[in-house]
Amino acid sequence: MSDTFEFSPENLATAQQIVAKYPEGRQASAVLPLLDLAQRQNSGWASDAVMDAVARFLDMPRIRVVEVASFYTMISMKPVGKYLLQFCTTTPCWLRDSDAVLAATEEHLGVRLGQTTDDGMFSLLEVECLGACVNAPIVQINDDMYEDLTADSIVSVLKALKAGETPPYGTQIGRQTSAPDGGAKVLNDMTFSED
Amino acid sequence: MLQDKDRIFTNLYGLHDPSLDGARIRGDWRDTKEILAKGRDWIIEEMKSSGLRGRGGPGFPTGLKWSFMPKEIGDRPHYLVVNGDESEPGTCKDRDILRHDPHKLVEGCLLAGFAMNAHAAYIYIRGEFVNEAAALQRAIDEAYSAGLVGPDACGSGWAFDVYVHRGAGAYICGEETALLESLEGKKGQPRLKPPFPAMSGLYGCPTTVNNVETIAVAPTILRRGADWFSSFGRENNRGTKVFCISGHVNNPCNVEEEMSIPLKELIEKHAGGVRGGWDNLLAVIPGGSSTPMLPKHICDDVLMDFDSLKEQQTGLGTAGLIVMDKSTDIVKAIARLAYFYKHESCGQCTPCREGTGWMWRILERMVTGDAEIDEIDLLLDVSKQIEGHTICALGDGAAWPVQGLIRLFRGEIEHRILKRKGVTGQPAAAAAE
Repeated sequence: MSDTFEFSPENLATAQQIVAKYPEGRQASAVLPLLDLAQRQNSGWASDAVMDAVARFLDMPRIRVVEVASFYTMISMKPVGKYLLQFCTTTPCWLRDSDAVLAATEEHLGVRLGQTTDDGMFSLLEVECLGACVNAPIVQINDDMYEDLTADSIVSVLKALKAGETPPYGTQIGRQTSAPDGGAKVLNDMTFSED
Repeated sequence: MLQDKDRIFTNLYGLHDPSLDGARIRGDWRDTKEILAKGRDWIIEEMKSSGLRGRGGPGFPTGLKWSFMPKEIGDRPHYLVVNGDESEPGTCKDRDILRHDPHKLVEGCLLAGFAMNAHAAYIYIRGEFVNEAAALQRAIDEAYSAGLVGPDACGSGWAFDVYVHRGAGAYICGEETALLESLEGKKGQPRLKPPFPAMSGLYGCPTTVNNVETIAVAPTILRRGADWFSSFGRENNRGTKVFCISGHVNNPCNVEEEMSIPLKELIEKHAGGVRGGWDNLLAVIPGGSSTPMLPKHICDDVLMDFDSLKEQQTGLGTAGLIVMDKSTDIVKAIARLAYFYKHESCGQCTPCREGTGWMWRILERMVTGDAEIDEIDLLLDVSKQIEGHTICALGDGAAWPVQGLIRLFRGEIEHRILKRKGVTGQPAAAAAE
């Protein structure tokens, strides 16, 4: 497979809109958003051709783009599966047994952290705190956070994804977002006046 | 307990419509033009007298920070930059503001930006918050369509633009100058200060960087008045605050409460108490992973505010509480945080780049007791070599939890080392001699 990349016409327009957010001559500010846009078009990873295209578009030295791409964990420097599973195992998730969620996944899929399933469906990655600690443990699958997971519920999510379904993201135990399980203790009787 | 009528984030849990229509019903964007008409000095004075201190960690007085911006626009434009790179383990409050109450943030950007003579705000959101950034962008689009921001924001005659910028997975970008570097399209490596951002920030222009929550509470403070806001909490620790309670509690949650609320009350009233009861508590990390943990006997009556926690050699930080019950492998819990800091060190300063790895490797061995007794002091020494010897506070944040562990659980570490060596039946303290 030769490594070529060009922004699609639609993404080209988006890229121009992104660059317009920043002052004249400051287009380098768009490097992360454009790497993100480009890797989305390129099956989720920033190949050499992706970085070349971004460097050309922003009139930046290629090395500067590579430097940025390699610094940030969300820019993938190698191919990833259709679903990138990012396991948070930092202390707040670990206290809520993220180890069990990860172990169940590894057993179910037959791959370990850092690996991709043979069918190219799932890549497993350990990440640092995902910033949803009161809904721990968390796994981010592509753009969506799956929260309040257990060994059983992660496997259910994986089975649904494998079957081509889109299992609802967010909490897996029926909570209202970050409110306590069992119902919010505050903000239940809000009446909003017009004055 | 704070009453609902005094809560700022009335849609914290997303029970209501986050769109402009819903936000207006909850009071957002009400009289914004009139507030702007009172002028910059009035806004800054009101923020000063409200006693609001920054909600991102260090707790610098917000009104004072705004006042550091040059009074007149010179040859360089002014910028407001909002820090939504929420990545401190234990912290997930800004996420709720972004997805459920985004109009408070957009309105806050206008008011704060106007007060510091800025015509543009960049809101930097951690890359993983894809859906949250989209929710915020929807709110911004609505605000533009309604003329609330744009060339004549709220009919005030002040032109104001608001932009969302997503990061890409780097904790260090929550440090304000690393954030500015990242926003300029570079690696997120902190800058030496001075110059401070108010003199030379984004693109070398006068810039103020504020946390999401700090900016999002500003409109309500300016509408309801400094006196109202400062009626909550103790002197020097005023207002309300969103707390995040994670770990070994029955019902982890976010909640907005009065500053200076007792830690025990916060956990028992809102998070359903410690798993297995209060007496099953081992320790609490009170303000995100960088703040040293508190043992149970301090947790019994400590207050959740800047000064009270500082007195206990820790801090309010982001007000993200990580609760650990007696089943916790406390050495492992801190070793995992040490790994976090090792992973997130930007690599610029040697003490942090190398020291975070040393601390992590020693701690990992201490989890199983595969260490020497004198390595405890070695570990403490390494942490002191990092603390205060780096450009930014990440090194301090890495050192403090380790120091807290040794301060509180030295005996536990000694016990594991001796147990592995086969020395048993000896009191840990005596064995350490």
